[in-house]
Amino acid sequence: MSEDKFVFTAGLQKKLLIAKLIGIALVVVGILFVAFGGHGHEEAAAGHHYHWLHRVWVNLWINNIYFLGIALTGVLFLALQYASQAGWSAYINRIPEAFGGWIYVAFGLTLIIFGLGNYAGPSHFHIFHWLDSSLYVEGGENYDAIIAGKQGYLNLPFFLTRLVIYFVLWIMMFRFIRNESLKEDINGGDSHWRKLRVYSTVFIIIFAVTSSTAAWDWVLSIDTHWFSTMFGWYVFASWFVAAIAAITLILIWLREQGHFMQLNSDHLHDLGKYLFAFSIFWTYIWFSQYLLIYYANIPEEAVYFLERVNSEQYAWVFYVNILLNFILPFFILMTRDSKRHTIFLKIACTFILIGHWFDFYLMITPGTLSENGGVGFIEIGMAVIFAAGFIYVVFRGLAKASLVARNHPMLEESLHHHV
Amino acid sequence: MEVVSSVRTPLITGGKTVGDVTQDICVRVEAKPPKSWFLAMAISLTFLFVGLYAVFTTAWEGIGVWGLNKTVGWAWDITNFVWWVGIGHAGTLISAILLLFRQKWRMSINRAAEAMTIFAVICALFFPFIHMGRLWLGFYWVMPLPNTFGSLWVNFNSPLLWDVFAISTYFTVSLVFWYIGLIPDFATIRDRAKNKVSAVIYGALSFGWVGSAKDWSRYESVSLILAGLATPLVLSVHTIVSFDFATSIIPGWHTTIFPPYFVSGAVFSGFAMVLTLLLITRKVYKLEDYISVQHIEFMNIIIIVTGSIVGIAYLTELFIAWYSGVPAEQYAFLNRATGPYWWAYATMMTCNVVTPQLFWFKKIRTSLWATFFLSIIVNIGMWFERFVIIVTSLHRDFLPSSWAMFYPTFYDVGDYLFTFGIFFTFFFLFAKFFPVINMAEVKSIIKSTSTSDKALK
Repeated sequence: MSEDKFVFTAGLQKKLLIAKLIGIALVVVGILFVAFGGHGHEEAAAGHHYHWLHRVWVNLWINNIYFLGIALTGVLFLALQYASQAGWSAYINRIPEAFGGWIYVAFGLTLIIFGLGNYAGPSHFHIFHWLDSSLYVEGGENYDAIIAGKQGYLNLPFFLTRLVIYFVLWIMMFRFIRNESLKEDINGGDSHWRKLRVYSTVFIIIFAVTSSTAAWDWVLSIDTHWFSTMFGWYVFASWFVAAIAAITLILIWLREQGHFMQLNSDHLHDLGKYLFAFSIFWTYIWFSQYLLIYYANIPEEAVYFLERVNSEQYAWVFYVNILLNFILPFFILMTRDSKRHTIFLKIACTFILIGHWFDFYLMITPGTLSENGGVGFIEIGMAVIFAAGFIYVVFRGLAKASLVARNHPMLEESLHHHV
Repeated sequence: MEVVSSVRTPLITGGKTVGDVTQDICVRVEAKPPKSWFLAMAISLTFLFVGLYAVFTTAWEGIGVWGLNKTVGWAWDITNFVWWVGIGHAGTLISAILLLFRQKWRMSINRAAEAMTIFAVICALFFPFIHMGRLWLGFYWVMPLPNTFGSLWVNFNSPLLWDVFAISTYFTVSLVFWYIGLIPDFATIRDRAKNKVSAVIYGALSFGWVGSAKDWSRYESVSLILAGLATPLVLSVHTIVSFDFATSIIPGWHTTIFPPYFVSGAVFSGFAMVLTLLLITRKVYKLEDYISVQHIEFMNIIIIVTGSIVGIAYLTELFIAWYSGVPAEQYAFLNRATGPYWWAYATMMTCNVVTPQLFWFKKIRTSLWATFFLSIIVNIGMWFERFVIIVTSLHRDFLPSSWAMFYPTFYDVGDYLFTFGIFFTFFFLFAKFFPVINMAEVKSIIKSTSTSDKALK
């Protein structure tokens, strides 16, 4: 087999740059609309002034969480292949492996956006309501006994410590995996594969704990009063299916560019099954959480869904979320044939990627912008900027090594994959 | 062309040929059972008859003979029910989900695991029936029959009714799945039969199977369809069982993580029971080449994965109970860990979360004795998990004047014993009269995974 090498050409880089510029332009247009459209500086219910910058901060945070999750669960996908000794996927492993590069970027972005969104103002805006110090002043007019009770977990030093620990652990394990995989290209043999299995298992264990706690920290705590034991797994389900969609789309695109010439429809079929199964898994988790809260109808829990379904801004997103993430992928990917044809996979993956962006939008926006949220140029532009950045990092990762881990002991199994 | 990587170790050891498979498995059906079988059967029949007395008294006198009181209105009955349903998850997971994941190692264990599943679900179904008091009227109460049949409509909003549908569907599909798999093997036994009686019986059981290409083609498509149907059922059954609790507003019951966490716990306990049974079966029937240490190691890995998921769920519940700021939630969990039932909570934590972690050591997860011991520990732990959830959440009522403890009576224990009697009697009958390993499927992997084939190359 001749070497399959991806070259990140200047032309491609230029295209991504243009995409990024278009994104920036959209955000600017969006800002102009919001700032001068007469809705820029309204009095919010909580008494804080609403400013268009708030919407920018919130959008940064949504995309940061979303793309970080895709990168992270892409590495999880890779780790699962090693830990379960999967053979079929050995051919395409380098794609999720390239996702890991984004975790480094996300580390910086998370810190910066956290700082901007909570401290850069204007008018004392916080993405995280619990950062408002007046909530903890006993006897003060803003005193909130419930949030004060959570202070042992939700306080800035502990929050930042956890944040750093998560990233250090993720990056460390990803580096181990990536380096070992690159060494295998040079040296061959089984020993690297065996080490990769160990590293992958360790990554899975770390991920199992940190994915939940990170979801509590970065998403759940936005609606500070609200709680749900399912939440960590819900965020995981949303990330994971989006990552599989991203892997599939990039694989199909590379194939269309003349790479992965030994890819067959059985590989696609397996990815299609993953997409189908995890779309259902996400729905299962979504439905379980929703039904239990709906059925018990306890005010402090039900408020979360009421804020979304009974609002002008978010009700449609609530239904679009289910349409894009369950109904459409379910029916598109149901038949065997559709899982084996790139056109159906492309359609389904696009819906899933857009759908799960909306999912995170719906988790984060109502708790931060309340009635000032919307979907417009700022949202679209910001998502385009992040997507272009993410693709840029992934492509650079892909270009650094052979597209196929040529000494992977399962490679022959994967090349002759047949179901 | 199918390629098998050199890093994979063979699943079937001992250089078995296709003929060996038929011989090794069929001989157990054809030969007289060993003395140990009669001994085992005698013990399970004793359980069954002692239990039968308890069951008869419960049905005759009513469920007042149990230790329930007005505060703890659900205890061993539903604990045992959930425990057995949970155990009944491994078989279909092995045969359906592992089939979809193309895990060939399932082929040596799926037959016995599915049989175990079916018997466990029968044991589970016993509890809702006996709990209805007049069980001969139970059919009218749980089935949605029109009012003209003498009863009121069932309550469609109740998760207990959803259970009726979920479990009966699951039972039916599992039974059909299991039986379809048995047909080619019954035909093999029929063809080898030396006496008329077994030829006729196994002939009838095999539905005239001749093994033509068309037969096999249909067999394979039916298996795939049933696997597709069974996969959501594996998830739905325990999800709905968890709804029995989680849809309520009882602190300790109402928590959104219940559905996936119950499913994981069910798979966890199901695999433990499969291991307990198969370790004995493989020893008595000398099946070490078919159910190799590698099979046992894989099952132990599933135990450690599902056990750790359960562990994370326990910790999540504890954390969120504190984080919620709801005093009733916080109390429910504090009381579980430190209240009068602390010992049940400690048993649950030790057996389900701590000890299964020992399987991280390769030495332990490949040791037969350690596996056997830990598999029983897991099943004890999973019984206590349900007991903890059910009884500790109920025994502290909203009114402190109603606070109570639960003490089981002879009939609580006896009814539980009865289900053990049913379970093991059925399992031993199965082990004697049915092929305990799916011969047809194991033969299909002899070529690609057995040691003899590798040696020839």
